[in-house]
Amino acid sequence: MKTNENSRREFLATTLLAGAAFAGCSSNPFTPEEITNTKPSGEMVKLLSVDGDIIEVDKAFLKPVPEMPPVLNAEARVGIQGKKFAMVIDLSRCKSVKKCQSACNHMHHIHPGQNWIKVYPMQESERTAPYWQPTTCMHCDEPPCVKVCPVDATFKRKDGIVLIDSDRCVGCRFCMAACPYSSRVFNWEEPKIEKEIADQPYSCETSIPQKKGTVGKCDFCPDMIRKGSLPHCVSACPNGVFFFGDILEDTVTNGSETFRFSELIKDKSGYRLMEDLGTKPSVYYLPPVNRNFPFENSEPIEEKK
Amino acid sequence: MEKLAENKIIEELLPQKFGKQGQIWVISLLIVFAFGFYAYCRQLYYGLEVTALRDYVSWGIYISNFVFFVAISLVGSLITAVLRLTNVHWSTPLTRIAEIIAVSAIAFAGLIIIVDMGRPDRFYNLFTHGRLQSPIIWDVIVITTYLFISLLLLYFPLLPDLKILIGFKERNGKWLQKLYEFLGSFWKNKPAQFKITEKAVNILSITIIPVAFAIHTVTSWLFATTYRPGWDSTNFGAYFISGAFLVGAGGVLIAMYIFRTHYNLEKYITNEHFDKMGKVVVLLALIYLYFNINEFLVPAFKMKKSEEEHLMGLFTGEFSPIFWFAISASMLVPILILIFKNGRKPKWAFTAGILVVVGSWFKRFLIVTPTLLHPFLPMHDVPKSYMHYFPTWEEWAIAGGSLAGALLVITFFARIFPIIPIHETIIEIDNHEKL
Repeated sequence: MKTNENSRREFLATTLLAGAAFAGCSSNPFTPEEITNTKPSGEMVKLLSVDGDIIEVDKAFLKPVPEMPPVLNAEARVGIQGKKFAMVIDLSRCKSVKKCQSACNHMHHIHPGQNWIKVYPMQESERTAPYWQPTTCMHCDEPPCVKVCPVDATFKRKDGIVLIDSDRCVGCRFCMAACPYSSRVFNWEEPKIEKEIADQPYSCETSIPQKKGTVGKCDFCPDMIRKGSLPHCVSACPNGVFFFGDILEDTVTNGSETFRFSELIKDKSGYRLMEDLGTKPSVYYLPPVNRNFPFENSEPIEEKK
Repeated sequence: MEKLAENKIIEELLPQKFGKQGQIWVISLLIVFAFGFYAYCRQLYYGLEVTALRDYVSWGIYISNFVFFVAISLVGSLITAVLRLTNVHWSTPLTRIAEIIAVSAIAFAGLIIIVDMGRPDRFYNLFTHGRLQSPIIWDVIVITTYLFISLLLLYFPLLPDLKILIGFKERNGKWLQKLYEFLGSFWKNKPAQFKITEKAVNILSITIIPVAFAIHTVTSWLFATTYRPGWDSTNFGAYFISGAFLVGAGGVLIAMYIFRTHYNLEKYITNEHFDKMGKVVVLLALIYLYFNINEFLVPAFKMKKSEEEHLMGLFTGEFSPIFWFAISASMLVPILILIFKNGRKPKWAFTAGILVVVGSWFKRFLIVTPTLLHPFLPMHDVPKSYMHYFPTWEEWAIAGGSLAGALLVITFFARIFPIIPIHETIIEIDNHEKL
């Protein structure tokens, strides 16, 4: 935790210093001075303002929004106020393209061979229909992993997300034994990631960089949510299987379609996995009926237990 | 006359230098321990990657070894506390053997849990960020408490013996003399001192019983507080404790035999002791068998789908050879041997003790690993190697090294201190003669 704070402080300090150093210089993208110095190019661009009006701006004034600095560990542990995040996975749309998995693995720099998202070929029994079931971390409201963690390294936030503080995890793996959904993975060796990423301070919200001897898992991409974007799996899926949203707003979206969460669950008979265990997951499933694709599997079908 | 007998007892029970056999024993243990240490250094450097542990089987022989150590350490409380409080006197010569087994086992239980940690460098987090709701923190608390009570139960009865030892300055040599004086020079054999230790030992004997139950119950809860088939059982606390008393008693049988033959203690560890310990082991094995039947028969009767694969793996599948070996070696065969009067003769009782301990070690492996290979959702989207578990040489070396370490502690203890309490034996014999 300390390292995080320190590095953030350092980051802020360097930014300020850099700001001061570049104050008079035209290459500084942060100061308003720079905008006044910019000469209009004459080429106008039409934009949609936050109020919904169409406005025109000179192209020379368009600047990319600077990346937000990562949040403090203390903030990351509380979560985004007034939100309760949930995911809906529509099994009727999944054909195991696994773009969710590859996007997730890529963005979180997951160790080769390990996956935070798994796509299971499921079949309840011999005469029932097979289907694909992608699983993420369920972000349970009664998380068994959080209950057993001896050092508060894995924790439940107010917005419903369960995260891991890899700077605190002692690597006892009790959470992995406790999780009935097998959604946790362990960094058995030094993660194979580029030096620039490995040298970053760890953030619970990005789960980057993964650290040797600690546990990792799906984090619902809170860094993306803070930016107003969708988790990587949601935007990567070509078939719109994943819907993400806020239960309090009662809205979920896969990027192109948006539904009232409660109506979607009601109309399509949404359910959660292993309800009998009392873990109260935040991930809901829509049953694989009226499917978009037939079930085709080259792998041997494993029976659901 | 009486004085002479006393001197003879002292002479026979004083700690002895290692003979040739003893030296070979110590050197082999040191080699195994050093090899384990080397393997652990590799693990520290490369990470748990050097083990065969992976995301599904994330606990393996380190954790089964941990459960084994915690189990065997319970014998200290059985022999010192339970038998003492029930006024059983025949066990007096065995108390120190039981107590040193308890101390070394519980110390190595603590060490092996650190070995299993992915980040041993953050061990202090357990204290700085510990959360009381986690069974691991309960385990940390009760194991530490048990270690300290056991150390005191070892130390207090040792005080009168230290006084005797200090008297043999020539024999002791410089270092041992210093150690004895450091530990016990304040002991003057005053009646008031005896009264205080007596009282302290009584209080400790009472306190250690709930703590002993707690260490193994909490250890069982590390498993029983999860949802997994094979662990999700209300039977687990009692099942673990009964098994623990059994393996500890088996360990005492082995230690009794080895100390008796090696140090020629036939007069002190008599055939009668083997007879009585043999009976204790039969009783404990029957109790453990009872809990095993509960643990396996009831779920097998229902054969819930989630349990089925796990149970069949044990009964007829992948783990069946180990399962039936463990059940027969730790319970059935020892009962069959020790139930007969001739079976309770030292040699047979020793054999039964070995069977109990070896069988129990494998039993602990079966408690930990097969369950992890049968998760609720099928094993999927992982490399092939993640779906099996066979320990690597590093794991065997470290587990073996920890066992060797525990044996070394016991061996060195017996080299430095009298393994049969001298003072208490003299008192016992006096009392016996007066009767």
